[in-house]
Amino acid sequence: MIQSITDIPGSVAGEQPLYGPRSYQVTSGNDLGAELLEVSMGPHHPSTHGVFRMDVVLDGEVVVKLKPVFGYLHRNHEKLAENLSYLGSMPYTDRLDYFCSMTNNWAYAHAVEKLADIKAPERAEFIRVILAELTRLVNHTCLAGFLVNDLGALGTPLLYAFREREKILDIFEAVSGGRMMCNYMRFGGVRVDFTPDILRRIRQIVDNYPRFLDEFEKLLSANEILMTRMQGVGVLTGELAVNASITGPMLRASGVDYDIRKVDKYGIYERFDFRVPLGDHGDVYDRYMIRILEMRESVKILQQAIHQFPEKGDFINPGVKLRNFRPKAGEAYGRIESPKGELGFYLISTGGVMPYRYRVRPPSFINLTILEDMCLGQKVADAVIILGSVDIVLGEVDR
Amino acid sequence: MAVDEGLQSELQKAGVFVTSVETLYNWGRRSSIWPLQFGLACCAIEMIATACSRFDLARFGAEVFRPSPRQADLMIVAGTVTKKMAPQVVRLYNQMPEPRYVIAMGACAISGGPFKQGYNVLKGIDRYIPVDVHIPGCPPRPEALLNALMYLQRKIDGQRLTGTDKVRWYDETDPAEFPVPEFGAHDLEPPFNRAVWGPQEPIQRGAA
Repeated sequence: MIQSITDIPGSVAGEQPLYGPRSYQVTSGNDLGAELLEVSMGPHHPSTHGVFRMDVVLDGEVVVKLKPVFGYLHRNHEKLAENLSYLGSMPYTDRLDYFCSMTNNWAYAHAVEKLADIKAPERAEFIRVILAELTRLVNHTCLAGFLVNDLGALGTPLLYAFREREKILDIFEAVSGGRMMCNYMRFGGVRVDFTPDILRRIRQIVDNYPRFLDEFEKLLSANEILMTRMQGVGVLTGELAVNASITGPMLRASGVDYDIRKVDKYGIYERFDFRVPLGDHGDVYDRYMIRILEMRESVKILQQAIHQFPEKGDFINPGVKLRNFRPKAGEAYGRIESPKGELGFYLISTGGVMPYRYRVRPPSFINLTILEDMCLGQKVADAVIILGSVDIVLGEVDR
Repeated sequence: MAVDEGLQSELQKAGVFVTSVETLYNWGRRSSIWPLQFGLACCAIEMIATACSRFDLARFGAEVFRPSPRQADLMIVAGTVTKKMAPQVVRLYNQMPEPRYVIAMGACAISGGPFKQGYNVLKGIDRYIPVDVHIPGCPPRPEALLNALMYLQRKIDGQRLTGTDKVRWYDETDPAEFPVPEFGAHDLEPPFNRAVWGPQEPIQRGAA
């Protein structure tokens, strides 16, 4: 018969008898030998939006360290472009950020136009603005769908988003021949002209878009679960955002008023009346709402652009020679406000047919560098939506 | 051994359904191909678009995208496979249970595509794993992916369970694991899997 706890084999307890009142030792805890858990999320992980890897160190389910690992989609974009003619790089820019090929084209064309001192005619500028704003609609709609998908609302919002995307892709296909990879802009203009029918179809989409946004917002924006999951998560202060060169909707969600469409006034953006939405808290919910509000502003720009669209005019500068194109020696940096942030191209020309140096300033990559600061102290499930709210596309991150 | 069609229809009139195990197996497999939720690059967006509203992959019984390779039947290699990613792709393929199928979607997955000259791009995933259907295009339209799925279904219909031409996974000597490449001094080691792919013999001009 067991008389005291010391009779139990393997027991190391003190002198207390097994039966009767007991006293307990109280320690400061952490005697379980709990260790930090290192998890490698990706490159095959459904929430990393492609082939991105996060090495996360977890204490329980709280992130204490996060290391982003890139390079799984490094396709030598810059090196290939240095061995191609200036025009030959245009289709490759489509594949940088494969949601927004039109704005990528425009950014590259903008840089080359700066380098070679080319001016685009007015009609081309209108076409560019219309297509760039349509691209912004596509990108922000799909981002909202994917973000909610990451939160666990599997399917439905994404299906709504892709339904609208298909309508806009029909326009891209009609003007350029390609759904995703448009290869549409040229130095000093665009490749083919708009037909009156296309303008009518764009007007139809633009007129119906606010109704879709209302529907989308009614489903999601005030949803209690969505607000609980997204508010106060992944806070990025404005100061840190500026120091880390964050651009685009992420920066504006942190309350910094910086939109290159307003700052640089490239193209013909100074002719349009639109506002820049700004966030207060810089959390995931702000980033989501900024994108929804930006879409409403894009619709405004589109309505004005369609209204003011010139009846006649060249769609490409007739003085530009696209074949055997040799800009004078020099360097240029052209940047535009792509849906993800500041997309810039830096080119050095030595007067030959190929650029001597070709560098992309990708917004996704630079916005991603701040990921660890946003994720520290958050739950691992929230790290997924913080990554989703950064809005990365791996083609642009790794290039 | 297929059942005689005339006899089959005669028996069906009498309320008796006769079929072969092979037909039943293939019918079940072709009607519920579960793809791996696995996107590499641009083509992945078109793959998602195929599964979404307008194109609706569910019509072909293939809408259940599984994040885990253990639950998937079909790997759609959608996008550029870089040399850093190739070992992971082969590892994922090894983790999939047989029977398993592969669709190489887009120019990059077939041959490296527009990025073929790049130092970091694998020149076709068929160097390491057996590919059932290739889809050209950069990126292929969603209709092309649907067409590839229908091709795959037709291919599954013709699979044999017995005999000399039986499918690979019923052969006991066939290895289920494919060697995972590793980084060598210059390139991936081995540069290709000789069991599934080999460089073409140079054509000798003037040889009899």
